[in-house]
Amino acid sequence: MTEKPLTGPFPFSAIVGQDEMKLAMILTAIDPGIGGVLVFGDRGTGKSTAVRGLAALLPPIRAVAGCPVNSAAEADVPDWAHVHDHSVVEKPTPVIDLPLGATEDRVVGALDIEKALSHGEKAFEPGLLARANRGYLYIDEVNLLEDHLVDLLLDVAQSGQNVVEREGLSIRHPARFVLVGSGNPEEGELRPQLLDRFGLSVEVQSPRDIDVRVDVIRRRDAYDRDQSAFLADWHDDDMALRARIVTARAALARVDAEDAILRDCAELCVALGSDGLRGELTLLRAARALAAFEDAPSVTRAHLRSVAPSALRHRLRRDPLDEAGSTTRVTRTVEEVLA
Amino acid sequence: MSDAPHAEERWQRANLALACFALDPAALGGIWLRARVGPVRDRFLKGFDLAMRGKTVSRLHPDIGDDALFGGIDLAATLGGGTVTRTKGLLDRPGVLILPMAERAKPRLAARLARALDDRKGLSLLALDEGAGPEERIPESLADRLAIHLDLGDVPLSDAPELQLDTDALVEARRVLPHVTVPDTTISDLAQVAFRLGITSLRAPLQALALARASAALSGETEVDEADLLTAVELVLAPRATQMPEAPAEQEPPEPPQEDDSPEDGSEDSETEDDTPHVPAEMMLEAARAMLPPDLLARMEAGRAARNAASASGTGAAKKGNRRGRPLPSRAGRLGSDTRVDLVATLRAAAPWQPLRRQTTGQNDRLHIRMSDVRVRQYEERSDRAIIFVVDASGSAALARLAEAKGAIELLLGEAYARRDHVALVAFRGDGADVLLPPTRSLVQTKRRLEQLPGGGGTPLASGLKAALELAGLAQGKGMTPSIALLTDGRANVDLSGVANRAQAAEDSRLMARAIRAKGLSGLVIDTGLRPTRGLDELARDMGVPYLPLPRADARSVSSAVDAALDVA
Repeated sequence: MTEKPLTGPFPFSAIVGQDEMKLAMILTAIDPGIGGVLVFGDRGTGKSTAVRGLAALLPPIRAVAGCPVNSAAEADVPDWAHVHDHSVVEKPTPVIDLPLGATEDRVVGALDIEKALSHGEKAFEPGLLARANRGYLYIDEVNLLEDHLVDLLLDVAQSGQNVVEREGLSIRHPARFVLVGSGNPEEGELRPQLLDRFGLSVEVQSPRDIDVRVDVIRRRDAYDRDQSAFLADWHDDDMALRARIVTARAALARVDAEDAILRDCAELCVALGSDGLRGELTLLRAARALAAFEDAPSVTRAHLRSVAPSALRHRLRRDPLDEAGSTTRVTRTVEEVLA
Repeated sequence: MSDAPHAEERWQRANLALACFALDPAALGGIWLRARVGPVRDRFLKGFDLAMRGKTVSRLHPDIGDDALFGGIDLAATLGGGTVTRTKGLLDRPGVLILPMAERAKPRLAARLARALDDRKGLSLLALDEGAGPEERIPESLADRLAIHLDLGDVPLSDAPELQLDTDALVEARRVLPHVTVPDTTISDLAQVAFRLGITSLRAPLQALALARASAALSGETEVDEADLLTAVELVLAPRATQMPEAPAEQEPPEPPQEDDSPEDGSEDSETEDDTPHVPAEMMLEAARAMLPPDLLARMEAGRAARNAASASGTGAAKKGNRRGRPLPSRAGRLGSDTRVDLVATLRAAAPWQPLRRQTTGQNDRLHIRMSDVRVRQYEERSDRAIIFVVDASGSAALARLAEAKGAIELLLGEAYARRDHVALVAFRGDGADVLLPPTRSLVQTKRRLEQLPGGGGTPLASGLKAALELAGLAQGKGMTPSIALLTDGRANVDLSGVANRAQAAEDSRLMARAIRAKGLSGLVIDTGLRPTRGLDELARDMGVPYLPLPRADARSVSSAVDAALDVA
């Protein structure tokens, strides 16, 4: 897709507004270790558009051509794959859609029934997790996904390994991906334990401003009417953003975080009463990624301030009946602690 | 407002919608047709067939499997022939899909179809929604992607002549369509109208734009004019409205928003044209106002219960019976994308036949497996529980204990949340009962509804029970196990017909209680009166559920009592 810019998804940089969502996705592109992104909000606010746009925006990865798990080098190709083509080629960053109602077999992989029945071979048919390795796994309506699948996904996303023990198969393969989930909270909620596993969470809203709405419609219409011209128009913006992401990735290791900043992170999390240490870690990683993105030498309080809502809002221990927005609570606490 | 969108007009609108759809099905996504099976719908479908002539039209059904949608391995042929045979999926090729009984479509199907429609590979969908009440409708995610929303619910056959489609005009329009231009103000007008009608999704104005283009092309114009915009508003935006548009403050004598039975479109045009600067937007709003679904006001009064019902019920259906459960012995079955083969059991089933099959086929080098050998895994599932709270919000109860009842429900909600139960809310007061919330897991919604629950009026206990019973039936249909928790002070004084009549009211509630018992529903009656009411324990007996008097108990003890009672039940 990236090679031929004339057809492709709606360009990421052409998405109007929704800055928090876009930033969260960019941050995970810079540092996949941040963990997944959870996007909750109204319908028709460009959640899926952003994910698909991000796929086209990201720099391609180098991977063994025939490898089902996108291994970077020949040595990493799993034995079960029986790959014949060992040349290393450029592939677009995989963004795999996990459809609602997918079976466990399709997700983790299973015995290849076709081969088993027609050739009597015991072969492994990799699932979506294998294909998503080194890329993104996108789940629309994650809150409607069956609970056991969500558990499984989060477990794999954390450990970075998919272990298959079934039907006489015993296989493990790397599955490091960024999980992006989206959904509409009116239709059901995610269990708090699961919320916590997502690195960042974003609330999107349909824009309230008429001009912004008009802009959205105008751009989308232009895209629908003449895709190639629209993509050509936005190509430079997308490429500039890609370049920034690539630079930021390289800069990430050099970004300093002073002790004072670490202390701020901890104080914030304590003040908010978030469980565990995942909050601090994510907050720091996200702030560092932001600093790298903004080409700053070290993490500052300003960085913390801008990523704190995304990194912490879903980690508050909440009374399930408390309706007061957690965003407000986070912002308020941030103001108090970092005053 | 009763006859505002006249049946005949609506039929003509359907005709126009069909023509626009036939012109540009892919851009419009599809039609959501709400109508029961009957001659009117048949006429529409006949017209639809006519309009879609030359296109691939395929029918889906709400339980269609993934291999039919996306294609897959044809196992019977593969096993029989020994080579892999694949089938092509319906979503792989451009065409028009028809989904009958769309209100029963599960979220997983809706998600797949929505995704396919989003891809814009020339697919479009006609969803035939046969829902009976406002709670039964197609999943919101699908409705959002179908541009045209039509309701032919009560169009009499006499008002629905055979649909006429001018095929020559269609051919001509198809030629014109790519050249149709849109005046610059149009987009902002549509955005504004959509916004003021309370439509949050940004897909709607885009679809309206596509429809306006189609409409212009149909009339042979190369520029979208006001008439086209009006059509787009009528077909796309008005049916999605969630609020009455308010006339903007700066405008001179604004029509009061409640003026629903407004004059016909024609006269409005002339009126609005010469006094306001924002002619198109105002005009479109006016058209929308005249078009707004007759139940909109009722819906808004009920806190948009009907609208949210759809999403809520969708959720319920999704969770139904799709968890894994305790494994059961495998049984013979078909292979499909959503079944898991028990390989060992399959081989075991095939083993005794091997010598015989080798003889008959003459092939000794392979395992002979037939479709009849296939064993699939099964799991036993427990269905989700749905607790239906029936809350007495009448004057007598409201004064005494409504606040405490609310507190108790909130606590129960918290527990229901922890256990992933579904919760529904029915309130009765005045002369009837309202379903404030169909079974849902969304705590936020429930909480909000509960807070807004007003008190006052008579005690139509029977109506409350009836509503709960119906809701329970609906929940059972979705595979949940409903229980009914009734909170009342028991002094029923309004009968089923809404008339204040103490004797009849008591009789009616007894009847309803027995009906509940006949259905075998579990539940609980909580007496929220200041002192135990004699009639209520009888009522509980009639319902076949425990009775719990609650004098001076706090919310927390109600919660634990209910929990205990329902767990035993």
